[in-house]
Amino acid sequence: MLYMYRKMIEIRQFEEAAGTLYQSGQLPGFLHLYIGEEATAVGVCVHLQDEDYITSTHRGHGHLIAKGGRRDRMMAELFARTTGYCKGKGGSMHIADKETGILGANGVVGAGIPLAAGAALSAKLRGTQQVAVSFFGDGATNQGIFHETLNLAAVWELPVVFVCENNRFGMGTPQSEHQRIEDIAVRAPSYDIPGVTVDGNDVLKVYAAADEAVTRAREGGGPTLLNCDTYRFRGHHIGDPGTSYRDREEVQEQERQRDPIRRLTEVLTEEEGVSEDELSAIEAELAKELESALEFAKNSPEPLPEDALNDLYAGSIQP
Amino acid sequence: MWEEMQRDESVFVMGEDVGYRGGVFLATQGFIEEFGPERVIDTPLAEASIMGIALGASFRGLRPIPEVEFADFLWPAVNQLIGEAARACYGTDGKVNAPVTIRIPYGGGIRGGLFHSQNVEAIFFHTPGLKVVAPATPYDAKGLLKSAIRDNNPVVFLEHKKTYRLVRGDVPDEDYVLPIGKAEVKRPGKNITVVSYGLMIHYCLEAAEQLASEGVAQVEVVDLRTLKPLDTETVLESVKKTGKLLIVHEDNITGGVGSEIAALAADQAFDYLDAPIGRVCGPDVPTMPFAQTLEDAYMPSTQKIAEALRNLAAY
Repeated sequence: MLYMYRKMIEIRQFEEAAGTLYQSGQLPGFLHLYIGEEATAVGVCVHLQDEDYITSTHRGHGHLIAKGGRRDRMMAELFARTTGYCKGKGGSMHIADKETGILGANGVVGAGIPLAAGAALSAKLRGTQQVAVSFFGDGATNQGIFHETLNLAAVWELPVVFVCENNRFGMGTPQSEHQRIEDIAVRAPSYDIPGVTVDGNDVLKVYAAADEAVTRAREGGGPTLLNCDTYRFRGHHIGDPGTSYRDREEVQEQERQRDPIRRLTEVLTEEEGVSEDELSAIEAELAKELESALEFAKNSPEPLPEDALNDLYAGSIQP
Repeated sequence: MWEEMQRDESVFVMGEDVGYRGGVFLATQGFIEEFGPERVIDTPLAEASIMGIALGASFRGLRPIPEVEFADFLWPAVNQLIGEAARACYGTDGKVNAPVTIRIPYGGGIRGGLFHSQNVEAIFFHTPGLKVVAPATPYDAKGLLKSAIRDNNPVVFLEHKKTYRLVRGDVPDEDYVLPIGKAEVKRPGKNITVVSYGLMIHYCLEAAEQLASEGVAQVEVVDLRTLKPLDTETVLESVKKTGKLLIVHEDNITGGVGSEIAALAADQAFDYLDAPIGRVCGPDVPTMPFAQTLEDAYMPSTQKIAEALRNLAAY
């Protein structure tokens, strides 16, 4: 539990820092913050090893950190430096890392879904115990590729878990306007796979449901659709206040009642006998580490213009 | 769009976040309040069906304006656009038309990275049955958009997203249309012709101004405005006048619109050419790397264009 607490704090700190940096004009491009949704990424990824795969979204910092992404190299990527995960070519939405099985954050909604299934297929064909997890949002569940992939993954019994983060909005469009269902898990029976819905802001519930889904995949039982009901406390991206299509009271209510970090804190201090001092110490330690991650990023070199032409193709054909 | 929607009841808008949000670039802000949700339709996140449904509606007497939020998200819709829309008239012996105008923000220079910066025009430029429009100024944008909406053919209407904020210009309040398929000489000159479209026109104009003030050459800037059908007449007329041609576009160089223009000039203005045809274009790497230094290396700039022009002038 403490591990999950650490991970959620790591994410929250990173996102808040990134948000502030962006608003002060230090970060280029776009930024989509994961604040409020930390429990889903953490509750799922805690079951994954380095060699398992994940695909992520434009709102991917949470998944990346939860899966083992380092905050210094991520920050460097946000700052577009050569020490970033993609050498500054990708930015926030495209961070990928082979070593930790991160197949990439992705700016195109739904694009990661088949990629995760493909990674799962490769695991199955190679006979390994690896599992792939695809993160996506409610908006993505209306993309054709979502349906095609879930169907195929079911037919081939691929070791993949499809995790939907239903934060009730596809950018500015409320879920009630883009689909008639409310509980996305009801789509699972169409493909004859298990569908489970949990409170995505309760890391313990996510943990339990993900445990079952990941184990099922690992043991050859095929895919699961895990629907996590969550909420993003900030707008879709920085620049979007998030209140032109949402009720300000609703946002505040969510922040008050459903903050995943506060909820876990309550459990830790009230039920698990962890002291507040211990938690503060963790926070302080992580804050310090983030400071140095930031220093690292800011002091890293920018790519040279010639670098634009690198890495276009892979190496030569295998003999 | 507003005027067209008032003028013709069959015109309607559909796309992601176009209604209550007013569009990600606020192009349709205020529309849903005026025209109602039946004519300003928020869609689920599903480009393929947005395109297909718009198309189907257009077959049956309506004039949809589907919006694709960013060009980079267009690809699932291409099956409907190239496979169905482009063939509708041809395949039905002219009986079925597809009067659909697809509005697409495209292009880089805003640090949007790999998925918010793409140039997609070349594929549609290559597709018979489609029209492709890419205005560079607000005045042109209004006139051409109206023409596109009134046109009975599928029109891919490309809006360079960097020009949304960067370029300002006067737009008359009254109703006016500009013809699709007509380029415009934005700046006359007698020594070199530069042909371009979109954001690049503004850099070309800056470069032309530089060369004029240096006394090196009088550069004529031809704004294609429409990519398909290409205004070959205006382009050739200019090339025959100056004898030197430079083509500029942000899109990757290989197989881009510039290749066709170069071939055209080589074919039909050969005797008039005094120098090899030049091209200043994006390199052949996936648009658009994120880091500033890399994006700047990628994007053609006023400097790069001016340099190419000086070389041509000296030839």
